Amino acid sequence: MSPALSLSAIGLVVAATIGIGLFGLRISRTTSDFYVASRAITPRWNASAISGEYLSAASFLGVAGLVLVNGADMLWFSVGYTVGYLMLLVLVAAPLRRSGAYTLPDFAETRFESAAVRRICAGLVVGIGTLYLLPQLHGAGLAVQTVTGAPPQVGAMIVAVIVVINVAAGGMRSITFVQAFQYWLKLTALATPIFVILLAWHQPTGVLDSLHGAAAEWAEPLSRAGGRAHPLYATYSLLMALCFGTMGLPHVLVRFYTNPDGRAARRTTVVVLALLGLFYLFPPMYAVLGRTFAPDLVGAGGDTVVLELPGRVFPGTAGDLLGALVAAGAFAAFLSTSSGLTVAIAGVIDQDLLRSRLHRWTGGDYVAVNSFRIAALLAMVVPYLAFTVTGALSLADTVGLAFALAASTFCPLLVLGIWWRRMSTTGAAAGLVVGGIAASAAALVNVTGGPHGGWPRALVGQPAAWTMPLAFLTVIVVSKLTPDKIPAGTARSMVRLHTPEAVDVDRGPGPATAHRALPTARRS
Amino acid sequence: MSTPDAPRRVRVTNPRASAAKRPINPTGTREIDEQTRLGEIYMLSLVQTQLRLTLAVIAGVLLVLGSIPLLFWLVPPTRTLSVLGLPLPWVILGILVYPVVYVAARIYVRHAERIEAEFTEFVGRQ
Repeated sequence: MSPALSLSAIGLVVAATIGIGLFGLRISRTTSDFYVASRAITPRWNASAISGEYLSAASFLGVAGLVLVNGADMLWFSVGYTVGYLMLLVLVAAPLRRSGAYTLPDFAETRFESAAVRRICAGLVVGIGTLYLLPQLHGAGLAVQTVTGAPPQVGAMIVAVIVVINVAAGGMRSITFVQAFQYWLKLTALATPIFVILLAWHQPTGVLDSLHGAAAEWAEPLSRAGGRAHPLYATYSLLMALCFGTMGLPHVLVRFYTNPDGRAARRTTVVVLALLGLFYLFPPMYAVLGRTFAPDLVGAGGDTVVLELPGRVFPGTAGDLLGALVAAGAFAAFLSTSSGLTVAIAGVIDQDLLRSRLHRWTGGDYVAVNSFRIAALLAMVVPYLAFTVTGALSLADTVGLAFALAASTFCPLLVLGIWWRRMSTTGAAAGLVVGGIAASAAALVNVTGGPHGGWPRALVGQPAAWTMPLAFLTVIVVSKLTPDKIPAGTARSMVRLHTPEAVDVDRGPGPATAHRALPTARRS
Repeated sequence: MSTPDAPRRVRVTNPRASAAKRPINPTGTREIDEQTRLGEIYMLSLVQTQLRLTLAVIAGVLLVLGSIPLLFWLVPPTRTLSVLGLPLPWVILGILVYPVVYVAARIYVRHAERIEAEFTEFVGRQ
């Protein structure tokens, strides 16, 4: 692998990201531009952007690494990442868009008419976002380390700085263009080496040797290759976390707000499913080829297999060029997901924590856009500090915990909040607290080592199968016990969430989002 | 009718004339806006129809996806069965799943949009 070539490729991605970001800066003028890109982005652009933002380090590097090391059971990761969008489509896509909420706390406050529920949601957004940013920084560190041998902090720092600059400078409008560009870059970077390898190989069957024969136990599902005591439970639990966690990820909802209406939100999601399916065809191929060409990586964790494979198959210039392309794609993955998360977390920090305080401290003498910029900086500082103190967890494992937390908190809140009119405010708060505590406790035990075998290990390692039903049950039981706490405006909320935009009805006041009494940021 | 600059509060019109301006049957949207019993029933039926569609899609997907690990668990030969040179689990989880999910999404969107179109026509035309 040639460091110079790979570094220039990474440099190009960074330059293009900043360049498109600056282009966005010139057309984003008001605070509303900053937040929602004026809601004038077509479904196709938006679908590319959603996919670009969603395909993170865990998808680009992590899935291939997991499959390489742990075998066929890990194919469920990419299946779950995709089916998560199908669940999002049928359960929440259109109603969520029609709610008019920009962030999850916005949705919670409008639906449940409670500042307390809003605050719990704000805390959870920051928590899930931080848990999800961590593996992105870890992946960036790993990529730069693989390419140049520099310590992991260097790559993480590069991503952190570029994301903060880009988000603070351009807001979401530029991010939409950046994200759409990143999807196609990532797909190209992942697909090209595979096609080149398959074309250059004289006997195509030899490529598949690792899948057959005596040494192919890893290629069997539910085998011991995963190193798990209860593979069937682990598979189902993982599937649940991924299927129902996607809708609760903070950066996903923000992206849906950019659709003009509920119908567009649905159609965008269908395009997203096609784009994700296309992308996920490739990571397993890296694992299959990796078993043949880079078997030493199996013991080394495997997360670098995508980066190293081209160089192993083609020593020399061809391998260097392909390696540089893959490194560029990996950096696109870190940048895009981190940007999306940072926008989402910064939006919450800005609205729920910072703006009122800034207003008090400065006596109103501040510009709203600056508050968002400070929030963007804060949103990245915390995960960066966490990155420097936590050890190396597998990329997809950390992401799996973020999904489990989202599935145990925001999934019940959204699904029951949208479809069940007898849900009470107390029930919503109780569900968030119980699900949040159960899933974070499992994550914490997991990170610190935890039980070493048997059922305790399986239950803690993949908690969603019990934490998610627990959260749903809590919401339902507490809501039944507190019927007097059902929000007074529930009927009107149902009208807003479910009636098509073409019907001219009273949808109630709607959420007081970013547009609330905002000064025009910069008139230039 | 009244002159444009006359204050609204003191406008006097023939009660029969103003009554004639109102539609004889209130529209479906007004029933919903005023949260009458009928309006509630309209909304309930919309939400329930959509929910039934959603649950049908989820049940279908979970049944198909959920039975895959069970199949591998109960019928071990399927774990290594070779299809077109690839092991069956890799064909299903690596390739086949994605077009199936996409088609399910297309079918869902078509039905959901039809439900909404019917609702729009129904409450708008009353």
